[in-house]
Amino acid sequence: MAMSGGVDSSVAAALLLEGGHDVTGVTMKLWGGASDQGCCSVADVDDARRVAQELDIQHLVFNFGDDFTTHVVDPYVAAHAAGATPNPCIECNRHLKFDRLVRRADSLGFDAIATGHHARVVTGPDGTHRIARGADAAKDQSYVLHMLGADLLDRVLLPVGTMTKDAVRAHATRLGLRTAAKPDSQDVCFITATGGRRTFLGERIALHPGRLVDTSGVDVGRVDAVELVTIGQRKGLGLAGDAAPRYAVAVDARAGVVTVGSAADLLAIDVVVGDLAWSGKAPPAGVELLAQTSAHGVARPMVLTSATDDGTVTGRWSEGPQRRVAPGQSVAFYDGDVVLGGGIAR
Amino acid sequence: MSGPVSSAYLDHSASTLMRPEAFEAMVPWLTDRPANPSGAHRLAREARRAIDDAREIMAVALGAQPGEIVFTSGGTEADNLAVFGVHDRRGGVVVCAATEHHAVLEPTQSAGGRVVAVDGRGVIDLAALAGALDDEVTLVSVMVANNEVGTVQPMAEVVEIVRRLAPAATIHSDAVQALTWLDVAALTAGADLVSVSAHKFGGPKGVGALVVRDGTALAARQIGGGQERERRSGTQNVGGIVAMAVAAEAAVATRSATVERVARLRDRLADGLLAAIPGAIETGISAGDRSQRIAGTCHLCLADVESEALLFLLEEAGISASAAASCASGAMEPSHVLAAMGIPRDLAFGSLRLTLGWSSTDADVDLALAVIPAAAAQLRAYATPAEVSP
Repeated sequence: MAMSGGVDSSVAAALLLEGGHDVTGVTMKLWGGASDQGCCSVADVDDARRVAQELDIQHLVFNFGDDFTTHVVDPYVAAHAAGATPNPCIECNRHLKFDRLVRRADSLGFDAIATGHHARVVTGPDGTHRIARGADAAKDQSYVLHMLGADLLDRVLLPVGTMTKDAVRAHATRLGLRTAAKPDSQDVCFITATGGRRTFLGERIALHPGRLVDTSGVDVGRVDAVELVTIGQRKGLGLAGDAAPRYAVAVDARAGVVTVGSAADLLAIDVVVGDLAWSGKAPPAGVELLAQTSAHGVARPMVLTSATDDGTVTGRWSEGPQRRVAPGQSVAFYDGDVVLGGGIAR
Repeated sequence: MSGPVSSAYLDHSASTLMRPEAFEAMVPWLTDRPANPSGAHRLAREARRAIDDAREIMAVALGAQPGEIVFTSGGTEADNLAVFGVHDRRGGVVVCAATEHHAVLEPTQSAGGRVVAVDGRGVIDLAALAGALDDEVTLVSVMVANNEVGTVQPMAEVVEIVRRLAPAATIHSDAVQALTWLDVAALTAGADLVSVSAHKFGGPKGVGALVVRDGTALAARQIGGGQERERRSGTQNVGGIVAMAVAAEAAVATRSATVERVARLRDRLADGLLAAIPGAIETGISAGDRSQRIAGTCHLCLADVESEALLFLLEEAGISASAAASCASGAMEPSHVLAAMGIPRDLAFGSLRLTLGWSSTDADVDLALAVIPAAAAQLRAYATPAEVSP
């Protein structure tokens, strides 16, 4: 049972125990640098340990700091340096919780791994397991688990996925767990609230000033760090006084140019998606499915082309152009509430 | 998971069992003898006398005068008092060995000091030590025996070099891991400051001592009532101090017998594991020469095995062991000691520290030999190339 020190994994551990499982709690120590939230701080490890003690289960701390740096932090920094907008939580799920930790659990003889994610593991028509949306639509985390394959899902348990967040908190309160009222973690665990992204990235890569140009190439201003601009961003571009709102619609980090445009310029009909991972077989080209492009975004219909030689697919929005997806962001594909897979926008 | 049938405690360097006589001696001071030793009444004088007696016993055990014993809350406080106490008073440069405990290393680094390299065995590089010494050096700190790998430092040579090249420097030696195994009084005869911690030799946690030789300039770190002759303030932990003295006396009295008996256990353990685990390395030992090690320590590095995983399997089988020092969260951090000895980082992640103590038995070794090779084999079956060489 991966225990972050939050209420969801606390209750998940309790539910497993109630279900008769033999449970060992594990907290991953991932980040050695400054951290004021998330699963890396000593205070959160303390909470996880205390909950495990209250539940009378073993609690272990595994230091996966090197793996976290290699698979999450370094790619995060590199992506920003290239002007992309990475999602490190997804890479942490992909490489840490659902790979490194699973392999560790396998080697120690455990037959399943559980987390406190708000998502469900369901059985598809072909008998294989898939991720599906959690019962609490507002807290659904299926998007960040889209990369989990059917083989792995055979031994993944998501005990709180069938509950609403309120029900989770109520259960924690009923059990007297210390984490019952603990606020949800927000944002990226290795970025401090005080320093922010700018400080974190500024200590690791050179941040370059860049030109702001409009869609016809005319200079309209400057930004002090191209690497910090995200497509769709409106604030912080120094263009607040303009008559119509203007958004970053393209970032060329190498050239140091950010293109800004109107809300209409931000729209695109196609999304190119690479680094694809499917739960089972890739869906056939031409079939309409649903695509979600951010953690709490709305899933909209999309039709995929067949995969190209470089391993990407192009998705075309069925309802017409949608807000552009920043390169680096994950795109999760659904059939109704069931995750089919996903990838990373190019 | 259900608890194992048999068990073996192999983490005596982290904390050893309290000696029964030390426990007996401590209890009255926790129950029906409440007085503060600084008080003015008969009960206070009883407490005072108990501390005075304990101070004499500690002085004999450590080769010091009673007035040179400063009771502390443990080894870390003693080490901090030594390093900061000298640096605060005299300024200058602090020098320590790269394999010192964090309780010395962190204060040294925070005082902007110099860290001296060790060789592959963990023995301080005497030429490097000489190179680090000059007139600016006010303190040199070299431990008697290392807490992770058990390496014993050549204290007499260290003292000779320091006296010759930095005659004004104070010498501190952290003897926290030594009293059960070594003649600390003799080994630290040339040092001005010596740290010990009770729970490493059969006393309770939360009490230790710093020998401060007469004439050593030292600023107090903890000030207030001046209880320990103005070198350390705070009401003394009477029961702890009494128990520490009893434990020290017992440790010294039984030392040769303990060393002889436990060294045999340790050799059987180490030789057995080396024979049963392919590719196992006895850290810092070449050609089986354990003469530079304290008798209780067996330290191995197992390629393609991760300590964290191994320790869990050992725990499931009833064996309490460790890898290296732990951080506040309980996660394992790569050891600075192994790094200083030149052990590659990936190999250090497979470190296993098995430490025996005064109460260890053949049954402990039997269980370890029965369990550890199989556990290592189980983990190796799952090791992926990525984990083997990241």
